[in-house]
Amino acid sequence: MRSVFYVLTALGVIGLAFWAYRENYQTQAALDHASKLHRQIAESRARLGMLRAEWAYLNRPERLRELAALNYDRLGLMPFAPEQFGRVDQVAYPPQPGLPVLTEGVEVSSAAGARP
Amino acid sequence: MIRTPLRPLARILEARNKGENPDAIERENIRLRHEAMRDRARQRAESRLLLLAAVFCVAYAVIGFRMGVLASTDPAEPQVYAAGASIRAQRADIVDRQNRILATNIETYSLYAKPPIMIDPARAARELAAMFPELNEDRLLRDFTGKRKFIWLRRKLSPEQKQAVHDIGEPGLLFGPREMRLYPNGRLAAHVLGGASFGVEDVSAAEVIGVAGIERMFDERLRDPARADKPLMLSLDLAVQDATEQVLEGGMRLMNAKGAAAVLMDVHTGEVISLVSLPDFDPNDRPRPAVQGHASDSPLFNRAVQGVYELGSTFKIFATAQAIELGLVNAETEIDTRGPLRWGKFRIRDFHNYGNKLTVTKVIVKSSNIGTARIAQMIGTVRQQEFMKKLGFFDPTPLEITEAGGGKPLLPPNWSELSTMTISYGHGLSATPLHLATAYAMIANGGYRIKPTVLRQPVPPKGERVMSAKAAEASRIMLRKVVTEGTASFGEVAGYEVAGKTGTADKPKENGGGYYDDKVIATFASMFPASDPKYVLVVTLDEPVETTGPEPRRTAGWTAVPVAAEMIRRVAPLLGLRPAIEPGGAAGITLTSN
Repeated sequence: MRSVFYVLTALGVIGLAFWAYRENYQTQAALDHASKLHRQIAESRARLGMLRAEWAYLNRPERLRELAALNYDRLGLMPFAPEQFGRVDQVAYPPQPGLPVLTEGVEVSSAAGARP
Repeated sequence: MIRTPLRPLARILEARNKGENPDAIERENIRLRHEAMRDRARQRAESRLLLLAAVFCVAYAVIGFRMGVLASTDPAEPQVYAAGASIRAQRADIVDRQNRILATNIETYSLYAKPPIMIDPARAARELAAMFPELNEDRLLRDFTGKRKFIWLRRKLSPEQKQAVHDIGEPGLLFGPREMRLYPNGRLAAHVLGGASFGVEDVSAAEVIGVAGIERMFDERLRDPARADKPLMLSLDLAVQDATEQVLEGGMRLMNAKGAAAVLMDVHTGEVISLVSLPDFDPNDRPRPAVQGHASDSPLFNRAVQGVYELGSTFKIFATAQAIELGLVNAETEIDTRGPLRWGKFRIRDFHNYGNKLTVTKVIVKSSNIGTARIAQMIGTVRQQEFMKKLGFFDPTPLEITEAGGGKPLLPPNWSELSTMTISYGHGLSATPLHLATAYAMIANGGYRIKPTVLRQPVPPKGERVMSAKAAEASRIMLRKVVTEGTASFGEVAGYEVAGKTGTADKPKENGGGYYDDKVIATFASMFPASDPKYVLVVTLDEPVETTGPEPRRTAGWTAVPVAAEMIRRVAPLLGLRPAIEPGGAAGITLTSN
């Protein structure tokens, strides 16, 4: 009986040791993974910041103005002026499909003549 | 285990045969057994004590070793946190009111050398000197072969330059990561943004600190790691700022001015939508402060905020507004304008002779110095001082850029009645264009105090009243007439009802002793649309001269006003203002009965 107990305890210790070992390595791996992700996030943010800076740089008013001037033939862009404000009734809407045009006379007397 | 019997039969029988007492044998055996037990117990106790002592020794050794290790190593954050800290940007971005970037950070590298690990210093020096014109080959070679162990070579490298240095293949040339401040729009809003430079520098990082403008004023806020990902939002509008800068630059060239400033302000919130001072600079490559010459000639000088000028006739509206407020006059009261007006040995003249009498409205429209001086006499010195103080002419403007503190108005050292009279038409009190814009905004918004700010105001702050709505309204009508029938006739922009007042002031000589005859400061302070003003625009030109006519013209009506009108034409649509037909006062319909 006692020897069985010893064996079981020894097995338990071995099992726990194995578990602790695995946990330890899993933690290490998780930490490595986390730090890798952090590094990736940092890189992505840096890249995002760079892209935002580049976007702002490419969209700087000075450059846009030069581009508009260079491509005036194709785009015809001018600085925004007060005359360019429009009103809703200046917009040409597509014509509404109306009733068919009457070309022939309509008999109205028939309805009137039906009266006794 | 075989226990030794206490009374072994053989020995008992033997002892009985010999006539001995067998009990002695038993006692002897008991004694032996007890001795053996005692020995065993002692041994066990001894071994336990030893074990305990060993455990304690090991424990002490471990603790001692650990303490030694802790004491001798550098402190380091735990790994998990250290990784998180490196994500954050060093300095928050600055954006305009529509979230467009005005200032941001990019990663770059600095270049340094460690001569002890260099392999071919001569070649490195030659290649570096060829690559960077500011480095000298002989000097580099001396540094690389001398006793120095560490040399900074460049603070910033572009990626291409970094690759080129890398291609030299010299292990003694090393790179340190850097965050660098970038202003993607170049010169745009340079005076508001200021600039940044490096503070404490280290191989692996460097502090970025603001050196001027909003970067310096909000240095703490921008560097606060907790708020690094929240950009600082300004009230400026990138498109409007660009349009004003463009128009002002063109106007400055056309009018042959040596400098110019413009301030565009929201009259209800005090938000500065655009603030321009020319000449300007590129904050990415901020020039050094001028060591010789006048400070105001440097491009770093912010004319709109730091430049205190006598702003001339633009001040007249303050005198009439106050007189109406006090009930001394109304718009139709006639003022004696016979000239010249003598006060002691001092004479006040008008540009033209406007006859004997003018109504208050006409005094403003024709810009009569004598008429305004008479009104100021009615108001008196003490009341004028109080009013000017309420309008903010006694202190530097509270704008949130460091330069604003330098724009302290120059008040007359002893404020006599003569000062009262001259100040009423804008001489004897020098203030910045921003002061003027703030005061005009108070008239434009119906008489409420506002505080100029470059930060976006989500809710318009409600200030105290500085003048009655009636006085503000009357002043607006007069200012509108200045444009429709007075000195600022070039200021009319169809659809936007511009109202404003011109001001032309002779420049005082730098060394004292009177004024220049041919150098003026021309100012146009305007608001639009006059019936319900939303924005105030102040344009100031430094030494303009318009030469298309037979003789040079310097008055603001010929110089500052056309520039301001073009600016309004360009800017108002960008601000979302739709041109409107001016609401006519009396269009022939009068209510006769109900």
